Amino acid sequence: MTITATRPGRVTARTAGAGRRPGRLRRKLADNLQAYAFLTAGLLCFAVFSWYPLVRGIVLSFQQDNFVTDPIWVGLDNYRAVLSDPLFLTAWKNTFEFTGLALLFGYAIPFVLALVINEFRHAKGFFRFAVYLPVMLPPIVSVLLWKYFYDPGSGLFNSLLSSVGLPTSQWTQSPKMAMISLVLVSTWANMGGTAIMYLAGLSTIPGELYEAAELDGASVWQRIRHVTIPQMRFLMLVLLLLQIIATMQVFIEPYQLTGTTSPDTITVMILIYRYAFTVNNDFGLAAAMSVLLFVVLAAFSALYLRLTRKAD
Amino acid sequence: MSSSTRTLVSDADLNRGRGRVIYRIVLAVMAILFVAVFFFPLYWMITGAVKSPVELAQPVPTLFPHSWHPETFADAWQKLDIGHFLLNTAYYAVGGWLIQIIVDVAAAYALSKLRPVFGGVVLGGMLASLMLPAAALLVPSYLTVSDVPVIGVNLLNTPWALWLPGAANAFNIYVLKRFFDQIPDDLLDAASIDGAGRFRMLWNVVLPLSRPVLAVVSIFAIIGSWKDFLWPLLVLQDPQAQTFSVALSRLAFTGYVTQNEMFAGLAIASIPMVIIFMIFQRSILNGLSAGALKG
Repeated sequence: MTITATRPGRVTARTAGAGRRPGRLRRKLADNLQAYAFLTAGLLCFAVFSWYPLVRGIVLSFQQDNFVTDPIWVGLDNYRAVLSDPLFLTAWKNTFEFTGLALLFGYAIPFVLALVINEFRHAKGFFRFAVYLPVMLPPIVSVLLWKYFYDPGSGLFNSLLSSVGLPTSQWTQSPKMAMISLVLVSTWANMGGTAIMYLAGLSTIPGELYEAAELDGASVWQRIRHVTIPQMRFLMLVLLLLQIIATMQVFIEPYQLTGTTSPDTITVMILIYRYAFTVNNDFGLAAAMSVLLFVVLAAFSALYLRLTRKAD
Repeated sequence: MSSSTRTLVSDADLNRGRGRVIYRIVLAVMAILFVAVFFFPLYWMITGAVKSPVELAQPVPTLFPHSWHPETFADAWQKLDIGHFLLNTAYYAVGGWLIQIIVDVAAAYALSKLRPVFGGVVLGGMLASLMLPAAALLVPSYLTVSDVPVIGVNLLNTPWALWLPGAANAFNIYVLKRFFDQIPDDLLDAASIDGAGRFRMLWNVVLPLSRPVLAVVSIFAIIGSWKDFLWPLLVLQDPQAQTFSVALSRLAFTGYVTQNEMFAGLAIASIPMVIIFMIFQRSILNGLSAGALKG
């Protein structure tokens, strides 16, 4: 569907009678009232479930609240407690490790795959379908499925490895492999989206650029370096930011595969979950940690929004 | 097969001698790789479900099931109470979708076509929420839902705990508004001269023209709620009210079902999304591509 003509201006049903001032004012008021009637539900939802929680979260991070008696202001106590928690650094280290590894696998590999698939003159639809299929699965399905694959005793991976004579691994139960195991599932389950978006970007690169480069004697590798990557730079940056924001909030993989107590895989989100719901039952601590996570992510979000709005 | 625009490597290069051979090899290798990486795990899940527990635990895996136990699917259905949890999930997804569409279309229409005073401020406030990572708002959102300000209602373990926060979807409003902006005001003016009110204009003019964008927003809303995990985990702690994702997670921790039964359960839980993907593949992938290009 295409809509061609656009004309700025408002919906005006104003007819000849609009000349008199009081009439116009009343008309304007009525218009606004109607508009806000359409907006009410949305405004309420945003006010209660988005704007209010933001304020509440910040306030709560300076309070101790048992939700029975009035909350007590505790200043920076929650932040002090969080910062001195030995798990604080562990959680950030693990989160950055996950994000870094996820970029290595989930950002670079889809780019190479998209680059190759884009050259195919056959079966492109099959490749697009296959790579995106895991993205459609509910995350719990992927995670539980891989949990069985990782089983050190009878899991598929160790069975396959030992049947071809390769050394097996303890996977999620080994301190060294645990994080990599989580990243592998996450990459399998999510890289389809990245690959599809790269493919979309590749399809918009004008063919003449490759034509010209080839006439100048540029090899395939040089064409990638001097045509493809510069043309894709913006999309690559956007996807990079999106992926950092998403992977820093990782939760289900450590939650289900290694649990909330294993220090090798406690991430920031797992720590927030522990503060609020399992170990501490202290929403103040959880709120303080959330504010810290927010500050870090907001920097990436702001950059992302600036980039995309500018491109508009 | 003809390709319309040229890509990195020209058609001529791919059709000549050595290029042709390399192309064929790369194509075959990639096809095998994709089948192994993306389809085989699912094949393993489905065939694992029909194998006996003993066969599944064998040190040397069997590619084809030696023993056939399709009844595992029935056992899993019963033991995991999958029907109940799938129904819960479907109810939450469809209800959430309806509410999201109603609330967000109305808001986007008001902001795009009725343009009230402070409309820009409202839109800005909504878009600002895109900057808030869901994770950072988790705890205060949970507290809000457990005791809604002013009215003081506890929404935990009710569908509203998913539906109302889901309706505050700035991305939907942004996409819908952008689409509505392209609808010429002349069309609405004409309808208005014919005596149509604001609602009639939305219903008779804007919505029929917006089918493509409504379809994409709807599909992604349904997929989103079907895949959601962390938020339902927090707000639906009553086992009876849980989505299948949360219930499967809980049951997996108890070790209450055997591996083949769990595989059967996972396979059943995947079916709705796989069917949706097969039907709406084009809309989903094109919607994603359009999103990537527009940012």
